[in-house]
Amino acid sequence: MSERTERSEGREAMPDRPGMSEKTIVRPYGDTTGDGMVQVSFTLPVPHDKRAEGAAVQLANRMGMDPAMLVHAKPIGDGFTFFVVYGRVNHLVDLDRVQVVERDFPLLSAKEVNAVVKRRLRRKLSVVGACIGTDAHTVGIDAILNVKGIAGEKGLEYYRELTVTNLGAQVSVPELVEAARRERADAVLVSQVVTQRDAHLHNTREMSAAFREAMPAGRRPLLIVGGPRFDETMTTELGVDRIFGRGTTPGEVASYLVHALITSRKANAA
Amino acid sequence: MTGKLGLDAVVVARARELARRAGQPVVDLARSHTTVSVERAVLRLAGVSGADPDGIPWVNRLVDAVVADVGLGYGVAVPVFDALAREGVADVTLLAQKAAAGSVRFELPSAKGAAAARRASRRAVAAGIRRIDRRRVERDRLVQRFGDPKQRPWIYLIVATGDIYEDIPQAQAAARAGADVIAVIRSTGQSLLDYVPEGATREGFAGTYATQENFRLMRAALDASSRELGRYVRLTNYASGLCMPEMATLAGLERLDMMLNDSMYGILFRDINPVRTFVDQRFSRQVHARAGIVINTGEDNYLTTADAVDEAHTVTVSQLLNEFFAHEAGLADRQLGLGHAFEINPDVPESLRLELAHALLARELFPDAPLKWMPPTKHMTGDVFRGNLLDGFFNLVGAMTGQGILLVGMMTEAVVTPWLSDRDIALQNVRYVLGAAGGLHEDFVPASGGFIQRRAHRVLGEAVELLERIGEQSLLTAIAEGTFGIMKRPADRGKGRDGVARHEDGYYNPATEILEQPA
Repeated sequence: MSERTERSEGREAMPDRPGMSEKTIVRPYGDTTGDGMVQVSFTLPVPHDKRAEGAAVQLANRMGMDPAMLVHAKPIGDGFTFFVVYGRVNHLVDLDRVQVVERDFPLLSAKEVNAVVKRRLRRKLSVVGACIGTDAHTVGIDAILNVKGIAGEKGLEYYRELTVTNLGAQVSVPELVEAARRERADAVLVSQVVTQRDAHLHNTREMSAAFREAMPAGRRPLLIVGGPRFDETMTTELGVDRIFGRGTTPGEVASYLVHALITSRKANAA
Repeated sequence: MTGKLGLDAVVVARARELARRAGQPVVDLARSHTTVSVERAVLRLAGVSGADPDGIPWVNRLVDAVVADVGLGYGVAVPVFDALAREGVADVTLLAQKAAAGSVRFELPSAKGAAAARRASRRAVAAGIRRIDRRRVERDRLVQRFGDPKQRPWIYLIVATGDIYEDIPQAQAAARAGADVIAVIRSTGQSLLDYVPEGATREGFAGTYATQENFRLMRAALDASSRELGRYVRLTNYASGLCMPEMATLAGLERLDMMLNDSMYGILFRDINPVRTFVDQRFSRQVHARAGIVINTGEDNYLTTADAVDEAHTVTVSQLLNEFFAHEAGLADRQLGLGHAFEINPDVPESLRLELAHALLARELFPDAPLKWMPPTKHMTGDVFRGNLLDGFFNLVGAMTGQGILLVGMMTEAVVTPWLSDRDIALQNVRYVLGAAGGLHEDFVPASGGFIQRRAHRVLGEAVELLERIGEQSLLTAIAEGTFGIMKRPADRGKGRDGVARHEDGYYNPATEILEQPA
C-alpha cells in the first residue's frame, strides 16, 4: 500500500471517530491530523549570514511556529535575504467563531432567472456596470457582464430578460450616476481591481455617496461592488448592498439580483 | 513553403497586402488632421518647457491660447512664431507665459509674414530634432562601449512604486539581478490626462507618472548601472493615451530606448477617440523612428479580454497592421517590438502546443522584428505555485520560438504589485529556463503537417479572412463594430475628440516636414 493511500484513509476515517464529528477546533494539516504544520516565506532586510537565519527563526517563533525549520535562505538584491520556513503553529482555529458571508439566496440557472424576471417583474431588468475611478482593469466587470462570461458560464448579457449596459473602464462617478438614471438601472455593478492606497474603498464610498445624494432611497438602484481584494462583510461601511469577492460567477450575481430585487422584495411586501 | 511552419509565401504576401489596404485610409486620415497633442509636441521641440504654478504645462497654455484665437486647423507653428516676431519676444516659453496672461493675440499672418514664421518655426523645431539626433548618437556610442545583453531574449522587467526615488534603486537592483530592459509603469489614469505632468514625482497609483524629469533621472541612473555591469541597460516608458506625441518627443529628448506604442490600444482599452489616436500615433511613430526607439505594440491586451484560442488571429491581424503603420512612419524592422502573449487557459488540452504554434507564427511572419513576448496574466489565479510553473512554460516557449524581448512574468500577478522576492523568484525562473534551454529554438522544428504547423496555418488563414472582411468596409468601421477585443468604438465617440481638427489650407507643421524628409 502506498503512503498516499494510507494518508487519505487516515483523513477519511477521522469523522467516524467517536466525538470527532462535532469537532470545531482544528489545526493546520501537513501530513498528519493535528500536526499544525504550515509553510511561510518572507524577506528580511538583512544580508544573508548566520544572524539573518537566526532572525528568520525568531520571526517564525513569534508567529507561533515552534519548532520552526528554516529550509531555504537566499540573498536577494543588496542587503536582503529571502527565507522559506516550515513549522508547527501552536494556534488553533475555532470553526464556530468564523465569520463569513454565506450565500443567503438560492442559486438559479439562467433559464430560471429569465423566468422569474418575466413572470414577476414583467419587464427587462436593467443592469449598468463599470470600472470607476482610474481603474482600467475591465477583466472583472467583463467576466460578469460580457456574453463570453467566465469559467464556461455565460455573462449577464446572455440573459434574455436582462438589459446590460457595460460602460467599460475609467468611468467617472457622475457619468455612472447619469447612465444609471438614463438606463433606469435596477442594479449598478462596479468592479474595482486596483487597490493601491485603498483606491477600491475610496472609489466605492464616493460612488455610494453620489447615488445617495442623487436619488431618494426608494428609487436608488441596487449597488453592488466586486473585486478580488474586497472584504465581503464591509457592505454597511461602504454604503453598498452587496460585495462580491474573488471567484464570483455571473450566475451568482444574476441569482442575487433576482433575490434582492424580486423574490425577497415581494415577500417583504406581502 | 518556407521556414519552420511551411507557411505559404503567397498567403503571407496576401496578408501584408490586405493590411496595407486596410491601413492606408487611416494613414490618409492621419495626414489630413492634427491634434492638440501633436501641436504641443511641436512646441516642445521648439523649446517650450515648464509649467504654470498650477502645474499646467506652458505648451498646453500656449496651444489653448492659439486655438482660442485662430483655431487648431492651421497648426500652432505659424501663429506662434508670427506672434513672437510681432511682440519682439525672444523666447517661446516667455511668449507662452504672456499668452496665458492674455497679453498676446494670435492671428493668421499675411503671405509674407507666414513665410517668415514658417522659416523661424522650422529653425526652432530643427534645433529640437537635432537634440534627439544627438541622443541617438549617444545611445549608439554607449551600446558600443558597454555592449548589448549576451543572450536573446532580452529580459524585460517592470518597476512601479509611484515614487521615482524608490523606482531608481529598485531598477538598479533589477538590472544587477539580470534585467536588460527596465520599464517604469505609469500611474493608472495618466493615459487620460490631456497634459504631461512636470518634474520629479513621488506619488502615483499603481505606477509612476511619466514626466521629462523622471525620464532624465531614471536614464542617468541606468547609465550608471550600465557602466557598473558592462552592458547597456535599456529604459522603457509609454507613448500612449492622450499625450502620445509628447511622450514620444520627451522619450527622444531623454534617450529612452523603448516605448509602448500601439496603433489601436488607446481606442480599444481606454476609449480614446479613434481619429485622435491614429493622428497621434503617426506623429509619435515618426518621432520614434528618428530617435532610434524600439516600439512595443500591445497585442497581448486582446488576449486578456477575448479568448486566446478563438481570437488568436486578431493578434496576427493587429501585428500586420502595426507593421504597416510602423513602416509607413519610417520605423525599421529592428524597431518593431510586436507584441504577443501566453494567455491560453492552461486547462485547455494541448495549450502549450497551441502557444508554441502562435508564438512561432509571429516569429516566422516577422523574422527581423524583436518580438515582445508577454507573460500569463489572465489565468494567474493567486495560486503562486501554479503561477510559477506557468511562467516557466511561458519562458520555455519564449526560448523555443526565438522571441526578442521577454517580459518577466510574476507568480503574484493579480495578487500584489511584485515584491522584491517575487521578482527574484521570477528572474530565477527565467535564468533557469534560458540557461537550460536558451538555444532550443535551433533544434525545435515542428513536424511537417503536425499539430503545431496545422494550427499556425489555421490562425494565419483566419487572419487573412478577417483582413478581407475589414477591407470590404474600413478599419474604422471594424473598430466601431467591435472586431478587436470585443469593445465597440465608433469614430465619432471617445475621449479627446475635441482636440482633433482637419487641416485647413495653409496648415504647417515643421516637425512633420523635417521628419518626412528622406534621410
